[in-house]
Amino acid sequence: MVRKFAVNEVEPIAADIDKEHRFPTENVEKMARYGLLGVPFPKEYGGAGGDNMAYAITVEELSRVCASTGVICSAHTSLCGWPLFAYGTEEQKKKYLTPIAKGEKLGAFGLTEPNAGTDAGGQQTRAIDRGDHWELNGAKVFITNGGFADTFIVVAMTDKSKGTRGGISAFIIEKDFPGFSVGKTEDKMGICASSTTELIFQNCIVPKENLLGQIGEGFKIAMATLDGGRIGIASQALGIAQGAFDVTVEYMKARKQFGKSIAAFQGLQFEIADMKTRIEASRLLIYQAADRKDKHLKYGPYSAMAKLYAAETAMYVTTKAVQLHGGYGYTKDYPVERMMRDAKITEIYEGTSEVQKIVIAADVFGR
Amino acid sequence: MALKIIVCAKQVPDTNEVKIDPIKNTLIRDGVPSILNHDDANALEEALRIKDMYNDTHITVLTMGPPQAKDMLIECLAMGADEAVLASDRALGGSDTWATSNALAAAIRKIGAFDIIFAGRQAIDGDTAQVGPQIAEKLDIPQVTYVTEFEIVDREIIVKRALEDGYEKIKIGMPCMLTAIKELNEPRYMYIGGIYEATKKEIPVWGAAALGVDLTEVGLESSPTNVFRSFSPAGKGKGIMLEGDCDKDVAKALLIRLKEKHAI
Repeated sequence: MVRKFAVNEVEPIAADIDKEHRFPTENVEKMARYGLLGVPFPKEYGGAGGDNMAYAITVEELSRVCASTGVICSAHTSLCGWPLFAYGTEEQKKKYLTPIAKGEKLGAFGLTEPNAGTDAGGQQTRAIDRGDHWELNGAKVFITNGGFADTFIVVAMTDKSKGTRGGISAFIIEKDFPGFSVGKTEDKMGICASSTTELIFQNCIVPKENLLGQIGEGFKIAMATLDGGRIGIASQALGIAQGAFDVTVEYMKARKQFGKSIAAFQGLQFEIADMKTRIEASRLLIYQAADRKDKHLKYGPYSAMAKLYAAETAMYVTTKAVQLHGGYGYTKDYPVERMMRDAKITEIYEGTSEVQKIVIAADVFGR
Repeated sequence: MALKIIVCAKQVPDTNEVKIDPIKNTLIRDGVPSILNHDDANALEEALRIKDMYNDTHITVLTMGPPQAKDMLIECLAMGADEAVLASDRALGGSDTWATSNALAAAIRKIGAFDIIFAGRQAIDGDTAQVGPQIAEKLDIPQVTYVTEFEIVDREIIVKRALEDGYEKIKIGMPCMLTAIKELNEPRYMYIGGIYEATKKEIPVWGAAALGVDLTEVGLESSPTNVFRSFSPAGKGKGIMLEGDCDKDVAKALLIRLKEKHAI
């Protein structure tokens, strides 16, 4: 179903929205209608009642034709829907998760700051308890869906003396809260149709009941959210790689040099074999991570391995895809140059490849 | 209004994926994916649109086919149909349109009361366009084929029927049989949540005995149709040249003809 949806609705506009840097609102609405924005959430909260495996395949299929659309779905589902589902009170789930899972509202997640990227503990955004409400001050950067989201999960320092573990808390922010605004929109190398913005908090008033989880639990919530988010980004990377692979195979069959199709040259066939092998290996790593999450087994290091490998595969495959297209691959007449630009971010966001290695190694040696 | 709608659908090979055997000149069906017949998707979509408007509408999808036709019924349920029934039995195999409509009419009688039967105009594998009208005859209900527009007001249906060179606007009472063409609507996709619900639903399988059909009315042996030769039709010949005194007249004449043929 998602393949059909992606090919009919997403693929035809993918090149245009990339060129125009246009957020595809019309397709986000269609995704909501068919349940693509709430795949892994229970029906009682407006979700499709599916599992993480189905969600991974959804993001892959969307990203196969448009990585921007894939990350819109992934950030919304993994980074906003999931923490609400996992840590929200019954009231919070009813009020915030249900419209997110139905896709009536779009979600985003605010952790990264100008000086707190990989070192996510270095939060400078402050939340002060004003008795009857929280007051937030600070700024977040590189927030996916920032310009179009209605609901944000944002972490802020509530008690600096307690440091990263214990001093940071998570909050549910509505876009209309006084003192909240969206700052500059980033002009990016790839995933140009997705919205990446700053979030600005100036004496932002947040109701007491919008604390997500317990006070001081924010870092834990953020890290757990990213553990799951990595399945989404790994799936996005896999989709990009698969999409580039598919168009390259078709191109190689059609392209003739020296009197025969370039698919007939063994040197190029070997490239295709390497690409295909890495794609399938990525897919199995992702399915393993999603399956472990569905079975409530430890999945953090597995989603890190999946993301690390799938992101590297996306870069490897798209770079080869451009090469195999020759000069045409370097032009915007073919989708592989877009896919190569889109692939790079998968090695950076929701934990750089280096962070994934820290997570994996920490699990090996214990921490 | 609490309408009861039956949609007749067929699982067909995806002819976009079918290749021709260059030597035998026949279709290679091995490994070809099976899909919900296109016109039948339009038929289901129209029923679903009625359900979108009137929540108490009940849609049952009916098909006759091998056991794997269940996959297509699951797709119909995932799009929003309430129920699905599969008529399947070795005794029904090889039925032509007459025998098929006997079996489907029997199934519809077994389902019980209905207001509208929607069927696709024709299946992309057989292209006969006979089963829908034959069912209507056997159930003795009025029918309108080639429906391109549908409207229901106070239990009265008004449809637009496409003819080769124009349209008919027809008012029809219920119960009735309507056959859909692709211009009627754009079928929706399956809903993700619908897929999960559909796989949990029980799909009853009715054999010849359950349908209560006589074995002289169904199956290959009882089918009056015999295929004695298959051939590729000859080309359509040359087109029509329009002439006129000025370009404007020619353009106008062209516009009229294109409209007649529903090209625009």
